[in-house]
Amino acid sequence: MSSDAATATIDHHFDPTTSTGIPNKKILMWAFLASDCMFFGCLISTHLIYRLHPPPGTPPARQVFSIELTSFSTFILLMSSLMMALAVNAIQKGNLKSMRWSLLTTIFFGCIFLGCQVYEFRNFVYEKHLTITNSILGTTFFTLTGTHGLHVLVGVIWLSGMLLYSFTGRLTEKEAIDVESMGLYWHFVDIVWIVIFTAVYLLEYI
Amino acid sequence: MEAVAKSDFLAKGEAQAKPLVLWRPAAKAGILSWLTTVDHKRIGFLYGISGLFFLIVGGIEALLIRIQLAVPNNTFLTSAQYSEMFTMHGTTMIFLVVMPIGAAFFNFVMPLQIGARDVAFPRLNAFSYWTFLVGAIIVNLGWFMPDGVPNAGWVGYAPLTTRTFSPSHAIDMWVMGLQLLGVASIAAALNFIVTIINLRAPGMTMMRLPVFTWMTLFTSFLIILSFPAITIALVEIMMDRLFGTNFFEVSNGGMPILWQHLFWIFGHPEVYILILPAMGIISEILPTFSRKPLFGYPIVVFSGASIGLLGFGVWSHHMFTSGLGTVANAAFALMTMAIAVPTGVKIFNWIGTLWGGHLSMRTPMMFALGFLWMFMIGGFSGVMHAAAPADSQQHGSYFVVAHFHYVLIGGSLFALLAGIHYWFPLMFGRKVSETWGKVSFWLVFVGFNATFFPMHFLGLEGMPRRTFTYDGNMGWNLGNLISSVGAFVLAIGIGVYLVTMVYTYYRGERTGTDPWDARTLEWSLPNPVPEYNFRVIPTIHARDGWWYEKRHREEVAREAEDHARSEEAHGGIHMPFQSVYPFLAGVGILVGAIGTAVVDPADHALYPGFWGPKIAVTLAGGAIMFVSIVLWSLEGCEGTHIHLNEDGTVKDGGPHAGHPSAH
Repeated sequence: MSSDAATATIDHHFDPTTSTGIPNKKILMWAFLASDCMFFGCLISTHLIYRLHPPPGTPPARQVFSIELTSFSTFILLMSSLMMALAVNAIQKGNLKSMRWSLLTTIFFGCIFLGCQVYEFRNFVYEKHLTITNSILGTTFFTLTGTHGLHVLVGVIWLSGMLLYSFTGRLTEKEAIDVESMGLYWHFVDIVWIVIFTAVYLLEYI
Repeated sequence: MEAVAKSDFLAKGEAQAKPLVLWRPAAKAGILSWLTTVDHKRIGFLYGISGLFFLIVGGIEALLIRIQLAVPNNTFLTSAQYSEMFTMHGTTMIFLVVMPIGAAFFNFVMPLQIGARDVAFPRLNAFSYWTFLVGAIIVNLGWFMPDGVPNAGWVGYAPLTTRTFSPSHAIDMWVMGLQLLGVASIAAALNFIVTIINLRAPGMTMMRLPVFTWMTLFTSFLIILSFPAITIALVEIMMDRLFGTNFFEVSNGGMPILWQHLFWIFGHPEVYILILPAMGIISEILPTFSRKPLFGYPIVVFSGASIGLLGFGVWSHHMFTSGLGTVANAAFALMTMAIAVPTGVKIFNWIGTLWGGHLSMRTPMMFALGFLWMFMIGGFSGVMHAAAPADSQQHGSYFVVAHFHYVLIGGSLFALLAGIHYWFPLMFGRKVSETWGKVSFWLVFVGFNATFFPMHFLGLEGMPRRTFTYDGNMGWNLGNLISSVGAFVLAIGIGVYLVTMVYTYYRGERTGTDPWDARTLEWSLPNPVPEYNFRVIPTIHARDGWWYEKRHREEVAREAEDHARSEEAHGGIHMPFQSVYPFLAGVGILVGAIGTAVVDPADHALYPGFWGPKIAVTLAGGAIMFVSIVLWSLEGCEGTHIHLNEDGTVKDGGPHAGHPSAH
């Protein structure tokens, strides 16, 4: 890229100012996600270990979970990844309008997921009497899924910030890496949910 | 550099600079310049000063411990005070001394070694330092509070740390402080990883990286992969303490052994986080003062990588006595013994470096040789611990205390002291006097051995760790007395060392460029190092880049002029803007952490429902942090361009060439 790059095509997969050609922000995000894998790995291990040693009186997880609702919200979250990918693609082509619609849909889907989780938590606490303090299942379940929910919330705030920022006129094709690294984070949060959905929910139905 | 990555757009960026920020600090001197600095050299200096300050604090705690243990049935400290002392001594020395002094070198030296003008994310780097400082403050807050300081040991084993057994806020402060130190370390490590992978000068291939830079990279990977384990462990204990969850509540199905596993999955890699930088420093000093290249460079590098990798598979050797079963014990014993192999390989490579060299016995070399010998002794007793049956005898005894002080003082601290001597001329343009340097070395060396060698025998004679006193008829009197006397000799040695450093900073002999006739790139720079580091980004032709450059002056000079012209044509030297937001985010974190850890939970009579002082202070801190981060991202990372005169000064009254100590 030369200084008249504004008119030339931008190669979004090669940054000539770095040693490897990979943009700094991309490596930063990948390294952070590696670290985040360990966070979730520890929480999921905690849940899986405690799941094997339920003290007497622990309610069976299948009586608490509502697999239909969670399957629905899982599907919505996965679809949000599709919209995120479209948003990254749009900004790399300089299509701001398309990116805004894709981002808005991603945020919308993320909010649906969070809404389902809030409903689920309230349902568990008030209807099924599973709280964070009254059993080890409640402790690990709410801590693990709550931490994931927090990640989704951070993602939604980030996405919304980026959407607002795009109206300042400062978000152009050259800053596509900012959207792309946000997308990496969003996809990661979705992938972690697939693991959690399997390890926490589906495992109880085998 | 986020900034460099943008440099090609800069002409446009500067033209449209309608700032979204209200205020961009530009102070080059005074307190404001330090609070808003993004210069890796200044941040390294801050880390170093903080680390040395806490070395004194942790040292005083150690001396109080040794006074108490000097004679049997002593009443100098109560058992409660003694618990506070060994908890704070361990926490301080590991997280607030060895790690930050290591980070000081990562910050100051590593970018210079790879030919970079700063780290990849200068503001994130400043944020790491401020978060570290906040964590250090929170851990030490108990000194000024009625709750007292943490007292559950540096390992903080549950259920001792649950609210049932430790109801005071001291443990909350320990949990919150360590959590923040983890955030700071991870943020810094991410930055170093990107910097080393992406900001290398042309020709600086991975297998030409100086070994210290390699060890920085490995340490950074260990940090980002191991700290999450303690973060989650701390989250779980915090949930237990604040919200009444059951992670470690045995009556509700919690299992305290989980804490041990999570803690040591972090804790053992942490040992290598403390020693790998030391090994990197030694690998720079030994070749320089042996007048030889490092023996077996690729093997040293790969040994570092294997140590880091194996370090994740040995955590349960800290738990041999917790009843894991014979299979697990045997597996972890084997893995632990395996780790001695790459470590031994490194030792042999260092000996190979010395072999047949023209040894020059300057002070840094003395400390480096001290490291080699003392670290080996610590390594030998380490292999003894690896045998599970033997370890079940040594566990929890002073033999273990002797072992880890030999690797952490004889290993890490000796290397850090060597590194300070070695890079002092580069940082401050002055050289420490050989006489006083060697006096301090011998005092530290003799004092250290007198303190910790007797502990081997005390341990084998059955003296337990973490016990505040002992009876006179146990046969431990002489060993403890020698050890306590040794501790004061060691303290005097460290005192002489620090006073010598301060004196040298003001009055020491001035040195020119490259006083040691060294091999790596940082020594090509004038001292004090200018703010922009390299007048021209160098091109690297060989592993010992600066050594090659010294022998090919004309060729390199021609190349440099070409590069200078092309850089000037592209707008000059790019420098990142200073920013106040990392510091403000740190302030927010401080307020929030005080809210979480120190403020009493809402008194329900006074504050029914959700709101109370605790929630309010925590959320206020969170809000300050959030706003700072939003403004941080809005202010952008464009930076500015500077142009140099022939003599290296900055044209147009722009930012002048400062160095971390200038003001």
